[in-house]
Amino acid sequence: MLEFFPFKKTIPFMSWGKATTAISLLTFLFSVWALWDRGLNLGVDFTGGTVIEVRTDQPADLHVIRTALEKTGLPEISVQNFGTSHDVLIRLPNKGEANAAETSNRVMAALQAVDATIELKRVDFVGPQVGKELYDSGALALLVVAFGIMAYLAIRFEWRFAVAGMLANMHDIVIILGMFAFFQWEFTLTVLAGVLAVLGYSVNESVVVFDRIRENIRKMRGATIPHIIDDAITRTMSRTIITHGSTQLMVLSMFFFGGEALHNFALALTIGIMFGIYSSVLVASPLLLMFGVKREHFIKPVEKKEEAVV
Amino acid sequence: MNRFPLWKYVLIGITLVVAFLYTLPNFFGEVPAVQVSPVRTSEKVDSALLGQVESALKAAQVGYSAVELAGNSIKVRLASTDVQIKAKDVLQNSLGERYTVALNLVSASPAWLSSIHALPMYLGLDLRGGVHFLLEVDMKAALEKAAIRYQNDFRTELRGDKIRYGRISRTGNVVTVHFATRDQRDAAANKLGSVFAELAFSPEDQAEGFTLTARLKPEAQTKVQEFALQQNITTLRNRVNELGVAEPVIQQQGASRVVVQLPGVQDTAKAKDILGRTATLEIRMVDEQADPLAVSQGQAPFGDDIVASREGGNIAVKKDVVLTGDSITDASPGFDSQSGQAAVHINLDGKGARVFKDVTRENVGKRMAILLIEKGRAEAITAPVIREEIGGGRVQITGMETAQEASDVALLLRAGALAAPMQIVEERTVGPSMGAENIDKGFHSNIWGFLAVVSFMVIYYRVFGLISSAALAINALLLIALLSMMQATLTLPGMAAIALTLGMAIDANVLINERIREEIRAGLTPQAAIHAGYERAWATILDSNLTTMIAGIALFWLGSGPVRGFAVVLCLGILTSMFSAVTVSRAMVNLTYGRQARLAKVSI
Repeated sequence: MLEFFPFKKTIPFMSWGKATTAISLLTFLFSVWALWDRGLNLGVDFTGGTVIEVRTDQPADLHVIRTALEKTGLPEISVQNFGTSHDVLIRLPNKGEANAAETSNRVMAALQAVDATIELKRVDFVGPQVGKELYDSGALALLVVAFGIMAYLAIRFEWRFAVAGMLANMHDIVIILGMFAFFQWEFTLTVLAGVLAVLGYSVNESVVVFDRIRENIRKMRGATIPHIIDDAITRTMSRTIITHGSTQLMVLSMFFFGGEALHNFALALTIGIMFGIYSSVLVASPLLLMFGVKREHFIKPVEKKEEAVV
Repeated sequence: MNRFPLWKYVLIGITLVVAFLYTLPNFFGEVPAVQVSPVRTSEKVDSALLGQVESALKAAQVGYSAVELAGNSIKVRLASTDVQIKAKDVLQNSLGERYTVALNLVSASPAWLSSIHALPMYLGLDLRGGVHFLLEVDMKAALEKAAIRYQNDFRTELRGDKIRYGRISRTGNVVTVHFATRDQRDAAANKLGSVFAELAFSPEDQAEGFTLTARLKPEAQTKVQEFALQQNITTLRNRVNELGVAEPVIQQQGASRVVVQLPGVQDTAKAKDILGRTATLEIRMVDEQADPLAVSQGQAPFGDDIVASREGGNIAVKKDVVLTGDSITDASPGFDSQSGQAAVHINLDGKGARVFKDVTRENVGKRMAILLIEKGRAEAITAPVIREEIGGGRVQITGMETAQEASDVALLLRAGALAAPMQIVEERTVGPSMGAENIDKGFHSNIWGFLAVVSFMVIYYRVFGLISSAALAINALLLIALLSMMQATLTLPGMAAIALTLGMAIDANVLINERIREEIRAGLTPQAAIHAGYERAWATILDSNLTTMIAGIALFWLGSGPVRGFAVVLCLGILTSMFSAVTVSRAMVNLTYGRQARLAKVSI
């Protein structure tokens, strides 16, 4: 049988605690710095404004387009290539609230005066009020998911597990956001959906490891807690890598074939999956140790015996 | 131990057959079609119209493959887009303005599939191209408009009761009436309080005199706002009909917003123009002295306008406007209390009621026309005869043949104009080429990702990998079937969610396969290992899926538009994956290995 990870011995993950905590802390602080210093490059969904995507027959001459648009008198127009030399992305902020919806018409009229073959591919106009609402409900969704999952873990396991799992996963989210801020990748509604999906998904990982830890606590009577955790991580390693690998294959497919619309979505998922493995194994478990998980928390006569897998 | 009772296999088999049937329509593609629907939504489409459509097409020698009655419209299937445009022109010319003729695409799946309601998924605007608008109704303006009406109504009521009053002023939606004495004020408070129960009155004694301030009660405010929103939706619907869009979506979102989706519309400038247009209503007298022959030829006598009548032909109306639509506060269909005839009841505001009373008194026996003016073109909706003087602002129009017609007229009277101004707060336009590109992108993301996962699984787990892959394919099948049954709207984020769910769904099979391997390593016989692997993996699979489900539900609850589509697919995908990865894959394993009593080795 083909096996990538024929671990015979337990790997002493917990003894690396200092190193992994240091790495986590550094990436985390770096992300916080990136978020604070550069901020997220929020897409039009959240900031409000107009984005127009057009395609030209000939490779687009951005200079000509820019001059044509400047004549319309619209403020702060940004013009750039998008993907190929034929695709042009034009952005306008919401300025001068009156008739913001007409902006795209004026831009298209100006463009078609220069080049009649120009083709409109996409217009996104979001009014300031709507942008703010999308931002608020996005932030609320993040909170709801975080607390929902924490409550679930607390019911399913114990509060120490819930807090450790949640901290590990919030750490993933902060790192995704930090990366987006550092590289100034555009953060859109779809990316947010991806981030939330990752939050739900990478908690799976913690659940599987925690399940195993609980099972080991009952079975390995003589072992110390760090050893129990090491054993749980080692035994679930193979499944962790394969599962995440499969999901990553799908995400890579989206990254390469999904075009611009899914590009950043796939990027967020990729970072989320990578750090998801790392954090649920090497962040959540040391945290658990730190919170002082004890055998007594699980060896209760009333508790229903539960089986864990992998 | 690894055998299912027969009924389980049968159940799984039936599920798969049903899923296959409902997935099927998605693969037939679409053919160009022309859709004919009545401009007035209340009008019904029948087989007579069907015959009319067929004969018009035959007369013009336009070849078509089928004509069918679908809902309240007729769809004509055509061979190519060239024929489609020709057919549209032919039909529009022969059917006239009472019908909208729009270009559309219909599913090419065979009729027997449609007859069991197996329809393809509905494609979102980002996949088919079109415009999405979110319009916000200016509720402040709606309330102010209501306050202006009350200003006039107060005047009428106070004058009617001969109560002296000073000024009637308005700030925002608060109306204040000024009086010289307290007695006048109290009398007015009594009178107005009994007539306008929806208003809250508060008397105040001020240095310069006595005032009575009226505010809409909160529930009345909500009512005004709901009314404004409903009226605007009706108006939008009428206007969109004119655009000739095959399947427009116009619906309320939240308390003050309207979503308008126009698939296939590219000319957003025109769409914006039509949606934002202001229509007006006017009531004018019909010129009875006009020469009927001249009128029918469109020659207007001096001081008259010739307008087209909805009842057919032209009529001459005087240039003087009796009332405008602003005076109409409500119109509802009903019946005449004496004759039982269908009628429309109109409520006028105070000023309108006064003018109407004077005009009707002077013109008994003459006709009065109600005109709808859009884009500078006037049309007479109805031109009833005045029977008697009408006071009190409650007008009844009879002369409609059916209750249906009465409700049409009422609708037009209400819907002719917007109740309050609207503003576009969000626009998403996707070009037609972009839509097709997005479908390709979504499809390729899925297919390549799927193939990659399948190759890995087969290499790594061999026969069990093959079974897991088959289960994954069945998961995709179930998911698409479910989405098609629900007639859910598929968007690009939705397609991304399908890819993501497939990537995550394999997790369940990995859990099972790893567990089986482990049990074999621990020394169990292959049959026992398979059994234990499936039994013990279940709790973990449930756990790990539930956390993703929490995220999906939160996204659905708080998300909007495409994010919602993503959430729906994510949640459904979790449900189907639990069935396919556990039950269906188990059935396949049982069929492969379950019968061999002494199984020495499994390929995993």
